[in-house]
This record gives sequence, structure tokens and C-alpha cells, in this order.
Amino acid sequence: MATKILIPTPLRPYTEKKDAVDAEGKTVGELLVDLTTKHTGLKAHLYNDQGHLRSFVNVYVNDEDIRYLQKEQTPVQPGDTVSIIPSVAGGAPAGAEKGYDPFSTAGVAEKGSYPFSRAKTGPDRELPSLTNDEIKRYSRHLIMPEVGMEGQRKLKAAKVLCIGAGGLGSPAAMYLAAAGVGTLGLVDFDVVDFSNLQRQILHGTPDVGRSKLASAKDRLTTLNPEITIATHEVALSSQNALELFDPYDIILDGTDNFPTRYLVNDACVLLRKPNAYGSIFRFEGQASVFATKDGPCYRCLYPEPPPPGLVPSCAEGGVLGVLPGIIGTIQATETIKLIIGVGEPLIGRFLIFDALRMRFRELKLRKDPDCPVCGTHPTVKQLIDYEQFCGIHPAPEPTSVQNIQNNATEISSIELKQRLDRGDPLKIVDVREPNEYQINRIPGSVLIPLGDVPRRYQELDPDEQIVVHCKMGTRSAKAADFLRSVGFKRVLNLRGGVLDWVDKIDPTQPKY
Amino acid sequence: MRVTVRFFARLRDIAGAAELARDVAPGATIGAVWRELAGEFPELVPYERSISSAVNADYARMDDVVGDGDEIAFLPPVSGG
Repeated sequence: MATKILIPTPLRPYTEKKDAVDAEGKTVGELLVDLTTKHTGLKAHLYNDQGHLRSFVNVYVNDEDIRYLQKEQTPVQPGDTVSIIPSVAGGAPAGAEKGYDPFSTAGVAEKGSYPFSRAKTGPDRELPSLTNDEIKRYSRHLIMPEVGMEGQRKLKAAKVLCIGAGGLGSPAAMYLAAAGVGTLGLVDFDVVDFSNLQRQILHGTPDVGRSKLASAKDRLTTLNPEITIATHEVALSSQNALELFDPYDIILDGTDNFPTRYLVNDACVLLRKPNAYGSIFRFEGQASVFATKDGPCYRCLYPEPPPPGLVPSCAEGGVLGVLPGIIGTIQATETIKLIIGVGEPLIGRFLIFDALRMRFRELKLRKDPDCPVCGTHPTVKQLIDYEQFCGIHPAPEPTSVQNIQNNATEISSIELKQRLDRGDPLKIVDVREPNEYQINRIPGSVLIPLGDVPRRYQELDPDEQIVVHCKMGTRSAKAADFLRSVGFKRVLNLRGGVLDWVDKIDPTQPKY
Repeated sequence: MRVTVRFFARLRDIAGAAELARDVAPGATIGAVWRELAGEFPELVPYERSISSAVNADYARMDDVVGDGDEIAFLPPVSGG
């Protein structure tokens, strides 16, 4: 009975481009002899001059390396799958055995057409030529048939807009710049903060306090002076998004909040531009390509945004610094594949990465015919108010001092300090997590993490004056609502959280 | 009928586990499985309208019926960048 042998891309030119072929034999050795008899071109790639299997050719039976089984004597059962996996060095000049060049092949690229409509001049936009300096710079691309001169010229012609020059935007923009994407746009309006440096590798310590775009432009220009960097120092909004996106071919969503995510999605659908999407939380990341012609969009997956405050941001929930490095480079990879038109894009697939378990999972996604923006009968035909859509309303200004005193639900750091100095009896309840409590705290506070409040509120006196706080005030607002709901009469939320306390009252404590 | 439930991101923290096995009634929908779990872990309740779900790695809707041995995944949206 024939056994299926999986053939890696570099060897497919010798198997009539087939990715799997059948061979006969009772052991791996016999199978490989039969294989190289049927496909003689493979012989020099699998065996050395002495007729031994080359050291860098790994052969697996199902998921097991034959080196740890019985090598070439490993028996093969009906139904087994045998895989040939040549090592792919990458990164440095390989000290490979002579006479073997796994990439000295041509015609293996799976060349496709552009899955997006080219901006301005359409798909027939003439491709620019490459200068000698560019040819030298991009040589590792040019020698791969999947990219080659044509692919590199497509990259040079391409215009990509990165939304956000932060965690995801940093690695994405750096790799896209290095890869030679001709026009790289960046949208951001923030300044570099010390707390960004743990992951936003576009920016360095001397950049703290500078505009992120100025810092990004310097870094990207150093990386590749051949390309054009277009900086858009604005807050992306429903008023400017369509105009801003229009000149670009692909949008890379590296933003950090839900209103902007829905805005980017809808604008991409309306303009028919692919959205190379990525998002991160603590140790987990997600990536996909949305809003292509026949593919699903973000709203097919998440039709409704979560209520405000339910899903913590990176500032509230934390994030592993390297995580945006992984997800952002996946976004850059997908962007480059779309531009060149090779491989299988991450369309209709939702990739979930778990860094703690080091595991990738994939969900199949379909375009939802009932999707309000990309479905068959869309109800969203222009950009809407995304802050409102996500339930975020501007905080109403207190109308009078009287009003504050009567309906006070909040207290300022300064007022809290005054009350403490006066010796007013009050209990300060810190609802952050224990690891945050170790960084800074308000003296005399007790720690009851938000998740424990429903179980532990009976430790508190419902008649006592209680001040709840967290890092910035969102979690403690929820704790305050809960305490009031179970009968606590005098609960105040510390406005601005412990960060405001450190700023105004005790600057000797660290901030995070 | 037994199903495996897989939680992601914040939902995993709330449930205290990445994976749980649960017995469900034949003909149960994903929504029924979710509500059962939300009864067990009340902090899940506010996520109901915002999550997406999948059965055996295929995107699914809350009113889809689950089968014996299915793996049901619940994913909250995340916005970090």
C-alpha cells in the first residue's frame, strides 16, 4: 500500500510541483528509495555523495522525527504520513553542505492577483523600477521567487497606513519600512511616555516627551531612507477617516480602543480596503485580515462593542511587552503578502495567540450576510459616532457646588488628604490587584481586589465613610456602584485613582 | 451529553480555567451553555452581548445547537494595541 510523503516547497520543483506524492515501501529507507527513483531530481537533495541521507534533511513519520525512532529502518504502517522537512537556516549566511541550495528553484511562488483595488490609478498602476542601491538592500527578498523583482516593485508602489505608532504599530511599521513599502503612513497624536518603552520599540528613552510621530519618523528613516514616511498627527475620527484612508492600499489597525477599531473597520469596508487587524491583551493576541472583497469584517465577528469599562485596556490590564512584537509582525506579514499577492492570506481566519501556553489557534470566520456594514443589506452606509456607539459619553460638568455636595459620588486626592489630616474617620479601600498594591498605595488603605468585593464586602462597615480607589478610577467606580447596591450609604470614588494621589500628594511614590 | 468549554482572555480569569468540561442537555444551544456558566460565574454575565463563540474552531452563533463532544470557545473582544 502506498504511503503519502509530504514534500516541502523548496523540493516541489522535483515532484512536478506536487506537495504530496505516494511511494511504496515498508520502512522509511525503502520509501525514500522509491521516491527518488520516481522523482530522480530529489536524489541529490536528499542524499550526499556517499549515499547517506543529508544531515539537514529531517524526516518525520507522523509527528515523530525518525532520528528518535529507528532512523531509515523505521517501519511505516498503512495510513502513516511521512514528511520531509529540510532545515531553513535564515538570519545568517548558512554554512550548509556544498551542492545543496534549497532555494535555487524558480516557479514555486503561488502568485495571485491583488485582493484589493489599487488606490488612485487602479490595479494597472505602473510599477516603479528599483535603483541599484535598492536592489542591494532588498537582495534577500529578490532572490526568493515568491517576491523577486516584481514583488519588490509592488512593495515600492504600495501605500500602507498604520493606525497607531504604539505597541502594534512599532514592529509593524519597522518591518514594513525595512521591507521597502514605498509609502508608509502613520496616524497618532500621542507623545512618548516612559511606560511605552517596554513594548513600543519605535521609541527610545531619549524620545520620552516627544511626539510619537516625530520619533517614529526618525527611527523609520534611519531604517530605510528610500521610502516615504507620511505622518498624520491627528485623532482619527468619523470626519477625517475616509479622506485619510483614501490614498492608501491597505490599512493596518494597531489602535488601542474600541471606538477606533469599529471606525477603522467601517471605513475599510466602505472604501473596500483590506484591514490588517491585530489586537492584544496581557498574554493573548488576535490577528486577521478583514474587509477584503469577499471576506468577513470585524463586525461579522463582533457585531456589538462591549459596554465601556468591561474589557480592560493595556493601561488597565497590562500587556507582555513582546506580545505586540509577535502580533504586529503578523500584521506586517499579512500586509506584505497582500501587496505581493502570494500565499494564503489570513482572510476568513481568526488567529488567536496565547504566549503563556505558546499556542496558536485558528477559528474559521465567514462573512455574515446580516452584518450591518458588509452584509447584503447594510444599515451602516456612512461613518457614525463611534464614541456613542461604544457607549462612551463625555462626562457631564457639575452644574454647581451645591450639586457636588449633595450628590457627591467622587472625591479628589486633595480633598481626601485634607480629610485625613483633619482626622475624619474614613476607610480607604484599594480595589486593585495585589501586584499593583506592591508598587504604590495610599497609607492606611485596605486591599480588596475588585473581583473579591462581592465576597468580602461584609468586612466593611456599611455606615462608615468609605473611599474606594484603583489605578485611575474605572474599577473603583464599579466597586462603589456595587457597595451602594448592597446598602452602603457613604461611598466615594477617588477621582483619578492612586495615580492622581501620587501626582498631587505624594510624588515620592512610583507611578506605573 | 458532554462538551468542552474553552475560555479566552478575561473570561479565562473569571472562570479560573482555560478549559472546562460540562454536561449539557441534548439539543442545548451555545447560549444555553453560556447562561449555565454565567450562573456559575456571575462575573461572566455582562459579557453576554459582546462575546463571540465558536464550535470546533468554526465561528458560531449563540442559537446554534451543540453536539456531544463539541469544543465550544468563548472569546471576548480585546482592544489593546
